Formats: sequence, C-alpha cells, structure tokens
Amino acid sequence: MSEEKKEKRKASSIDPCAVDLLKYAEECSIQTAFSRSDSLKPCPIGAEGACCKICAMGPCRLKSKDGEDALKGVCGASLATVTARNIARMVAGGTAAHSDHARDVANTLLAAAEEHTKDYQIKDVEKLLAVASNFGIDTSGKTKNEVAKEVAEFVLKDFGQQKGEVSFIRTATKKRQDLWREHKLVPRGVDREVCELMHRTTMGVDTDPEDILDAALRTSLADGWSGSRIGTDFSDILFGTPKPIKSEDSLGAFQKKHVNIVVHGHEPTLSEMIVVASEMPELIDYAKSKGAEGINLVGMCCTSNEILLRHGIKSAGGFLNQELGILTGAVEAMVVDVQCIMPAIADVVKGFHTKLVTTSPKGRIPGAEHIEFDELHALDVAKKIVRLACDNFPNRKDTRIPDYGKTMIAGFSHEYIKYMQGGRFRGSFRPLNDAIISGRIRGLAGIVGCNNPRVDQDSLHDYLVRELIANDVLVVQTGCGAHASAKSGLLRPETMELAGPGLREVCEAIGIPPVLHMGSCVDNSRILTVLTAVAQEGGLGDDISDIPVVGIAPEWMSEKALAIAFYAVASGLYVIFGVESPIAASPTVQKIMSEGWEKKVGGKLEFIPGKEEMLAATLAHIDKKREALKLRKYEKGKFGVEKVLMSMADRRKLEEAAHAHKGVGGV
Amino acid sequence: MSRHIAAAAIRGSHKIAAEAAEALNMAIAAKGDDYRFEFPDTAFYLPHIFGMTGMKVETLGQMKDALDYAKGMLSAEPAQEEYLPYLGETLDAGQATLFAEEILLASRYVLGLEPVVEKIDGSDFTYNGFISDTILRDLGIQLVDGSMPGFAVIIGKAPTDEIAVEICRDLQQRNILTFLCGNVDGDSVTKQLLRKGVDLGWDARLVALGPETYHALYAGDWACRGALTFGGKKGGDALSVLKYNKDRIFAFAMVLGPMNDLIWSTGAGAITYGFPAICDTEVPEIRPTGVCTYEHVVSQTDHKKLVDTCIETRGLKITITKVPVPVAYGPAFEGERIRKEDTVFEFGGQKTTSFEWVTTKELSEIEDGRIEVIASAETLAKIESAAPGNTVRLPMGLVIDVAGRKMNPDFEPVIERKLHDYVNCAQGVWHMGQRDVNWMRISQQAFGDGFRIKHLGDIVYVMVKNKFPAIVDKVQVKLYLDDDKVKEMQEQARAVYKARNERVASLTDETVDTFYSCLLCQSFAPNHVCVISPERLGLCGAYNWLDARAAYEIDPTGPNQPVAKGECTDPVKGRWKGVDGYVFQTSHQTLEGFSAYSIMDAPMTSCGCFECIVALVPEANGFMIVNRGYTGMTPIGMKFSTLAGTVGGGVQAPGFGGIGKYFITSRKFLSADGGLKRVVWMPKSLKEALREDLIRRSEEEGVPGFIDMICDETIAEDSEKMLEFLSEKGHPALTMESIL
Repeated sequence: MSEEKKEKRKASSIDPCAVDLLKYAEECSIQTAFSRSDSLKPCPIGAEGACCKICAMGPCRLKSKDGEDALKGVCGASLATVTARNIARMVAGGTAAHSDHARDVANTLLAAAEEHTKDYQIKDVEKLLAVASNFGIDTSGKTKNEVAKEVAEFVLKDFGQQKGEVSFIRTATKKRQDLWREHKLVPRGVDREVCELMHRTTMGVDTDPEDILDAALRTSLADGWSGSRIGTDFSDILFGTPKPIKSEDSLGAFQKKHVNIVVHGHEPTLSEMIVVASEMPELIDYAKSKGAEGINLVGMCCTSNEILLRHGIKSAGGFLNQELGILTGAVEAMVVDVQCIMPAIADVVKGFHTKLVTTSPKGRIPGAEHIEFDELHALDVAKKIVRLACDNFPNRKDTRIPDYGKTMIAGFSHEYIKYMQGGRFRGSFRPLNDAIISGRIRGLAGIVGCNNPRVDQDSLHDYLVRELIANDVLVVQTGCGAHASAKSGLLRPETMELAGPGLREVCEAIGIPPVLHMGSCVDNSRILTVLTAVAQEGGLGDDISDIPVVGIAPEWMSEKALAIAFYAVASGLYVIFGVESPIAASPTVQKIMSEGWEKKVGGKLEFIPGKEEMLAATLAHIDKKREALKLRKYEKGKFGVEKVLMSMADRRKLEEAAHAHKGVGGV
Repeated sequence: MSRHIAAAAIRGSHKIAAEAAEALNMAIAAKGDDYRFEFPDTAFYLPHIFGMTGMKVETLGQMKDALDYAKGMLSAEPAQEEYLPYLGETLDAGQATLFAEEILLASRYVLGLEPVVEKIDGSDFTYNGFISDTILRDLGIQLVDGSMPGFAVIIGKAPTDEIAVEICRDLQQRNILTFLCGNVDGDSVTKQLLRKGVDLGWDARLVALGPETYHALYAGDWACRGALTFGGKKGGDALSVLKYNKDRIFAFAMVLGPMNDLIWSTGAGAITYGFPAICDTEVPEIRPTGVCTYEHVVSQTDHKKLVDTCIETRGLKITITKVPVPVAYGPAFEGERIRKEDTVFEFGGQKTTSFEWVTTKELSEIEDGRIEVIASAETLAKIESAAPGNTVRLPMGLVIDVAGRKMNPDFEPVIERKLHDYVNCAQGVWHMGQRDVNWMRISQQAFGDGFRIKHLGDIVYVMVKNKFPAIVDKVQVKLYLDDDKVKEMQEQARAVYKARNERVASLTDETVDTFYSCLLCQSFAPNHVCVISPERLGLCGAYNWLDARAAYEIDPTGPNQPVAKGECTDPVKGRWKGVDGYVFQTSHQTLEGFSAYSIMDAPMTSCGCFECIVALVPEANGFMIVNRGYTGMTPIGMKFSTLAGTVGGGVQAPGFGGIGKYFITSRKFLSADGGLKRVVWMPKSLKEALREDLIRRSEEEGVPGFIDMICDETIAEDSEKMLEFLSEKGHPALTMESIL
C-alpha cells in the first residue's frame, strides 16, 4: 500500500452492523479503535522491526535508505539482530499468552479431578481416554477422575519442566519429531522456553539472527504442541468436544427486551459458568423481576468461540466489535478476562449504562468493576456477575441494535471432522485425502487470526475465503477469521454454491459448508491435529510439509498470531501474513524466515500486504505441493482418478502394500 | 443431492428400528426374555451386531440391549436448509438399520416367519433365509481362486422379466454370486427369474434371500463373517471388520426400480462396509470417494451397461475365458442337474463304456486345435436320430493329447481332474466322476441351442489352453464314440491310471526335496500360509503336491511357490529350516514356522476353508475330527461352526487345526502325536467316505478293525458316552502315552 493511499484511508468494515454503529460513533464523537487508527499512524520505525529499545543506550532507530548494513545500534547490534530479536520477543509474548490460558484450564481440570470444586466435572470421557492414551497412561479399572488427575498432572509438568520434551510432541508425525530433534527445536518446558527466549534477546546475549529465530521456533512449538494443545484438549475434556451446532454471529445478537450480557476474552472456565448461571431459573426470574423478559448471553472474541462451539451461544463478533457492542446501548454487562481486551472499552462504557466487569487476577482495567474469578467458587462468581447485569437492566436507555443477522454452522473439532467422513465405525480422513488426490479439492487453507483496523474489518478474510473456495480450496477457520465468515453468512452449507465444482461435490456429500469453523485461536492446535491425521492417512506424503496447505492470517495484529505463525511453520506449513511486516526492515531476516526455514523445517513465513498477491501465493504453493506429490494437475471441474481394478492376485498383495499407500483406491 | 439421501436414510432407520422393536416384543411375548436364539448354523451370535460391537446376543432379552445400542446411532433428519452435516450421521443410521434388520430377522425366525415361504405361480417357494457358516466355508476356495470374484445384492425388480434374466445371466457369466431380495409392489427379480424358468440356488449362484429389502442383511451378515472367519478379525473391532470388507470382499448393491427410505438406509449401512450402490433409476449420486473405494452411489439407467458399471464402481477385475459354444458358459452352471427325461445324449455312467484321459505327446505329433469325432457311419446315424424325447446313449472315449516344452506326465492327472469343471460349466451339459467312471449328459435345451458332441472338444481345448498356458503349447481332442474303439483305448488309459497311482503312492515327504506353498487364501486371510507336501495336501482339499507343482509351473510368480525343505530339524514333528524360514517371511513375521506332523506343537495354521477340523479330546487322550457339512454336536460340546471360529484366520492354536479330508489317511497324519490311532470320534458320513482307506491304513498301523473303534454321532455325541464306547471297544488311544 502506498503512503498516499494510507493517508486517505478511513478505517471501516464490510460488516453492515459495524458500519451502522461506526456512523453512530462518528455522530456522537465517540472514539473507537477505527477512528484512533485513522489519527494515530503506526510508528514507521517500529512497524518494520527497526527499533531497538531493550536497553537505555537507545532506543536505536536503525532505518536507513542506504540498506540493511548501513546502521548499527549503539551496542553494535545489526538491523538483522534487532529485527529478529523484536519478532522473537513477540513470539515469546504470544506463547506466554496461550500457555498461561492453558495453565488455568489444566489447573481447573486437576481441581475437578480432585473434586475440590463441584462446579466442574469431566464431561467428555472419550476425549479424556484418547488424551490419556497419547501419554501411555494406563486407564484400566480407573475412575474418570483418577484418569483425569493423572492426565492433568502429567501435562502440568510441561510448564515447569527443565529437561526433556513437552508432552504432545509425541503426537506429531514421526518424521516431524525426528526433524525437530535433529534441529534441536523440541521445547523442553513451556516456561523455560519463554524465559530463555526473553533472556536470549535481552541486551548483549544472542545476536545471531538465525539462532534467535530458531529459539523462537522452539518457543512457539511450546505453544502449538503444548500450551494451545492443552488449552484445546483439556477444555474439551471439561466442557465437551465440539460438534456442529447452529447459531448466529452479528452485532444484532442483542435482544431488546432481555438482559444482555457479553462475555469477552479467551478462557472458557468462567464463561462456561456464566452459561450455566444465565440458564438458571432463579436468575431468569431475577432478570424478570427487573423488568426484562429473560437473559441473553452473547459471546465476543474467542470466549465467544468457546461457548459457541459447545453450547451454540450467539456471538456478537470478534475483537474489533468490542467497542461497537457497547454502542448498541443494549449491553448490561461486558464481562472480560484476558487477551485482546481493549482498555478503550472502559472509556466507551462511560457514555452508556454498560457495566464493565474484569474477572481475571491477571487483567484489571482502571474504571472497571473487578469481580475476581476463582475456579473453586466459579458458579458463585458467575451468578454474582449475572445478578449485577440484571440489576443494571433498569438503567438501560435508548438502544440501537443492528438488524442484520446471519446464521452459521460451527463446531468442527478434529474429532468431528473424522467422524463426518465415515460415521462412528468408519470415521477417517480417507475421503478428504481422496478428494485432494483426485483434484476435487485443490488444497487446504487455514484462514485465521485477528482483525486489525489498519484494513477494513473482515475485508481480507472475506476476499480470501470467497476466492479460495471458488478455486476448490477447502477453508478452515478459527478466531476472528471465523467471526468474519460467520457474520457474512459464509459458514452456512448453502455457501457450497460459491465453491468450485469439485469442492462443492465433497461439501454436498458430507453436508458441510466449504468453510469450517474450528474454534478459538487456541484451537489452531486442532488444525495441527487434523493435518497430522491427513499426513498419517496416507496418499499425501508422510508429513504436514508435504500436504497442499497454506495458513493465512490476513488481518493479524496480536503477538499470539505470530506465535501461531511460528509454530505452524515449524510444523511444516507455509504461512502468509497480511497488513504490515514486522521484519520489513531486514532482508536478511526475511530470507531466513522464507528460504532458510523452508529448507530447515519445510515451512516458511511471509508477509504479503496485497490481497491478490496473498491469493496468488496461496494457490501457487498448493499447486507446487500437488506437483511434488505427483498428483494430477488441478483443473477446475475436472477430477477423478484412474481406477485400479483388483484381481485376485492384487488382493493377495494387499497385506504387503498395506503400509505403502498408493493413493485413491489403495488401502 | 445428498441431503435428500441422508434424510431418506435417517427416516428409514427410525422406521425399521420401530419395526424391529415391534417384532422383538412379539417374540418376547411369545417366548419370554430368556429365550435363547441363534441363527441356523453359525458360531457368531447375531453376526453383524457381534462384528460391530462384540456383543454376544444369545437371548431375546439381550436383543433389546442391542436394539438400544442401535437407537443410540439414530439422529434427526437434516433440516431443509442451513442444515447440520449429515454424512457421518447417515452412515450411523445405516448401521442402526443393519442392527435393526438383524434383530427383526432374528425375531421373525423365533416367530417362525423365516425363511420366508411364498406361493409363487401356484407353488411354494422357500427363500434361502440366513446363510450358514457352512456355506461360507464351502465356498472358501472359490472366494480366493478367482472363480467367485464378487458378490451382487440385487434389491427390487427389473423393468421386464427379460431384463432380469439378462442381468442375472451377465452376472453368472462373470462368475459373480448374486443374492436377491426386495420387491417392487410385490414383484421381484426372484419372481421374474422363476417365471422365466431360471434355476435359482447356490449351484446357479443366484440365491433368493427373501422378498423384502431387509433380507439384504443376510448378505451383510455373511460378509461380516468373512472378516471374522478368514480375516481373523475380532468381534467388536468394527473398523477392522469393515475395512477388511472394503479391501477384500468385492460386494455391491444393485437397486432395480424406485428407491425408498429403507433401501437408502440399508444402502448407507452397506456403504460402511465399502459396498457401493448402483441404481437403475435417476438418483442423486455420491461420487467423491473414501468410505467406499470409489463412488458410493451411482445411477445407471442403461440396463445393458448396468453390470459393467457395478463392476467398475466396486473396482473389480474379472477375467473370463470365452468358450466358443452356443450355450452360456461359467461356474454358475456348474451345479445344474440334467434330468434323465431332459437328456438328449448320455455317455458313461456305467451304462456305456467310457473314460477320459489326458496324455502327453511330442509337439510334432499334435495338430493344435484339432477336434476329431471318431465314429462309424452307424454311430453317426444314431447321433442324427437324436431329438427331444429320444435319448441317445453312446460310449465315449475323451482323449486329450497335450504337448509342451514344460509338460510333464505328472501334470496329466492335474489337467485331467479339471475336465469335470470345464465340461460342467457349459449350460445344459453335465459331468460327473473321472477317469473310467465318468458320466456325461447333454440336455435338450442345449441341443436346441445348437450344442453338439464336438463342442465338448471345443470346451476342453479352449479351457486347457487357457488355464495351462505355461505348460501346454498344443492340444488336440479326440472323441471316440464306437464301443470297440473306446474299449481298446480304455485299456491303454487304465494302464496309465495304474502307473499314476503307483507313482503317487511312491511319493513321500522324504523322497522330494521341495514342497510347495499355497498363498491363495492370502487375499482373505493375509497371514495364513499352507505348505503342501506329498503326504499332506492343502487343508481345503483342493490342492495336493502335484497340483501345487503344476500351478507353480503355470504361473511362476503366482500363489504356489516352491519351498526348499532345507535341513530337517525335527523328523518326527516334521520341521525343516527352509520351511520355517519361508513361513516366517510369508506370514509377515507372525509365525516362526510350523510342524507338518503335529497338531500339539506349533501346528500349521488355517485360513478358514478347511475340509475338516481336528480337535484334542483330552479325556480320551486322542483327537476327534469333524467335517464341514456335519452340523450336529460333537463330544467336545462344540459344533463345527463354533470350532471353526477358533481355528481360522491364520492363527496357531495348538490342539486344534484345519486339514484336508485325505490327510486323515496319510501316513504322516499327526504322526508326531500318535497318528491315526489317536482318532476317537468322527461323523459317520466321513467314516464311510474314507472307509476303504481307513481300513487299509489301520491294518498298516497294526490295528485291524480300528474303524469300528472310532466313535460317531450314532453312538455318542457327548464325551461321557463316547468314553464308555471307547473303553468297551478297547480303543488304543486310551492306553497310549499321555498326549498332554
């Protein structure tokens, strides 16, 4: 994007609800992230990763027209060192976020297993046993709580472990594990890797950009194959593994005559309890006693994704909707925990009756009411919050709830994706692999990540989703990317009309939209599990890096997105990021993260600002992988495979061929 | 679109579950919860339910639990729009339907409603009903040698009777076993074929299971047991059972006529087995692959292409030999009987002199393809007089001269024994016996279609050339029809038969250095290996050492491979280094080797198509033998089918083993464990079939009169009475060294 265009740009959205409310904000001169992004341009030095401020000799701004090597920091640090350190520290931040979230879930599981709390129980025993079997935990003759305790204790070690390997590494493909070990990329413990990366990147320690970035990869793996994985799997054990469920995603999700409560943030532990509380007759009666017709719980951001997938709780959208929701005037309480909570909402609520409630001991906001959550008294806290919202109902004034609503089908856990391809007895990834091999499906794309007011809200998500499905690419989504598609109605099975003919046939056979909502941003771990299963199913190589798949975060903004990008790359994916590049200043770092990493781990991370370029790079990579696998060249509308007709002699050879997969029609 | 199929299948599953519950309630009302039920002749409870869940349903009460399990797989119909995904749910509904159908059919058996007897065109027609374990095992060898490469389940009714016949003839000629069920407004392919006078039954490979769609479950039950018996899969390991079927059982459903909810639902169940549905109406197709190997639902409205479409959709390769005769040709016609009054020509059968003989000549002595009918003018006139109602009986000397660089006189009997199959496969031609006790008939129907005596030569020529291409380069056939000439040639042939007998008798395990393997069954029992020695034939009874050697010569990379014995490590038990090494490799490292002459120590494994089972009877210090086809009880308290369940699948089970019938009278029969003298019980029919050889062998063993010491079911079916009998007779096993 040119400088000229940037200056003229006015932050907006493709979501008509958001457009309406932004108009209202402008009329009332209420500041939002949208308007602030118009007036506050990103720091041009920091944006490109050229600012070093890890010591007081600087900050050093290493941007020069004369190239990368023209300037050095006061300490002598090169631009490449500085850029690598900056992005590595962001990865540490992101990893810390997901993993600390996971720590809370793991502790909750342990508390439930040890029966320290009545509010949480093991809901999904099947998943518990599946997770236990990953670790070789003998479950025979044990109660579910005994197994859960062992599993929780086994995995809790991951956080503070000093030596060895974090738990879920062993669930990757054999080839990937060997590769990680070869390059010393296996995380030893979550806290250790984060701590070490912060140490490594402080003043005067590691200055070799490649070494720094390797350490960042290792740290990110502690997110993808430990923190996030724990976050996902343990939440499933406690609250149930998602399966498809119908719901709505819109700022129009608020109800005029109900007490509207928004739960916003990331962790499912409190929000699950608020779901329970909001459905309790005593509290519904309480709401009625305040003049409301009932309680309407609405999710936002990734908290929304957690309770949407498990309970079908309606969503009011993603990260950039948090201020806009308050602007409806219909929100009695906005309850927040951690991550992606804009402090701005404390200012926005001042003009409305909305109560802002912070709940996490880690996240307080000046001006908010703080009701601290603790898992041992979870339901009591939840009830207190619901009551507070009800009490606030009589204070409601004018409302402006937008009237655009879209339904969606969400809840594609990797367990369900397997199930949907064969039912309880024959569930597998064979049909998906067959579809890719035969060219019905050209490839896969995960379009994930945040919203960022530097681009029109949802516009890049929307463009890429529509283009990719039209090109027979099956899309999976999480986080705010999923909200974007949900809000524009792309998560309905009818969207298959927009898909290419091959993808459409597959969608029709299974009854799915061509865009699958897989959960919150922590649930990107589900994508890794799916891709591992695809690799292991056979016919598409033997590792994630062989699969025609691309990960894209077109509207990213959070450090967590970078942690995800790094672990995805380390797991073998090509990852494309839109918006700004935090490594734009250093061609050296760019080269390490593209060519260098592709050689080392089979994946790479590239920052591509233009949407057409992102699309082209995605399709080119998918086609490149197809070619490497010697799959038929993708041609829209032409698919199928040469049938192998089996004679008796062929059948006798099945056992020998059992491990050498030969594609469609093989075993 | 698929949503339509999903909705129909899910509706169908709810309906059939309700029907099953109703039938079960009626059965319980009549007999009570504790009433024990098993389908006729199976060791696998309700086989589908057992295969999927491991539930051993033995009483009506337990059927309620199984039905509850099925109901747990039912879901709501998908909405018209903005629906939830449906494929997994539809396949579960299909499974629930199979559960419900099995319970419905079991209940119907209890109520005396199965197998269905229906009045068709004035006479009672009895459908097959449940398919027994015995039939499954009887067909064992055909399932693996390519002579029965696939299975069709036809549901419904063809548009016309002629099309029904054409489709079934097409399937027969491709050797496919066809099951018939379902109906369209009361009419069905079964009835269409009966109206057209087509023979139904196992011999014709056209088996009418029942008149309703749910009778298709009997075929599913059968397929499920394929995985349990031949595949060694365990009940409850649903994925393995179903995957085995997808990979190895080449079945498909052909739906003729309009679809309905139950057909869709049953079809969904079939898809979980990897069996696709091909319909002759315009239906929404499911073409993406993955649960089945190729397409799941295909529409083919051109009946001429229907069978081809089915075969291609299932991924089946069938090679058939075209025989230039004016009648249909294929194994489906092998079993047909020709009644005396329908016979135009008859040869042999003790009524006229007759024989058949394969003899080796020099290449130069043979004019390849020459078929010669050698008959006097008088005989020819007699032949001319043949007409319906006038049966002409003639002597017959069928002499097949063969030559080839790799031909060996040892292969003559191998080829000769095949003549029976070759001649019998022609529709309207019937063959029995062998050598100089053969017997042939040609029917009026075949004669009317233009079949003449010379065509017998054409059949033999084409089949021998096609089936033995590696050892036979030239073939000529002579059909002698004059009595004096036949008698003269018969004398020559008899001299050769005698020499062959002596040759076979002289062949012992010690006199050869190479045995032959048989891996034919690995298409079904992936880790099973037979090693065939001169004194131990294959457990199916179909292959002896000479057969296996010929098969190797014919197809050097085929399923019969030479196994060099190597160093003998145990002459008593029959162990050789070469054999053990071969077994280790070809059993895919599941077996260290085995003993050829012992059933107690590392016995040879079984695929599942054994002719007989030998089982230890500890209290009698001996063995009992039970043959396939004997459905009664045995002294160890298990029927053949139950015992068979523990022996198959390529697993070593000391004390139990599958054997070929003629191994019993081999000198090496369990020689390490005490041999023939250990045999304490066998069914009377088996004893009679082996009578002469048993007497000869018992004399060799020094126990004349031993045959009368062997207990049978007419004397005792339980252990206690058997022991009484054995002590009364002074059976040698009782005083032999303890077997354990």
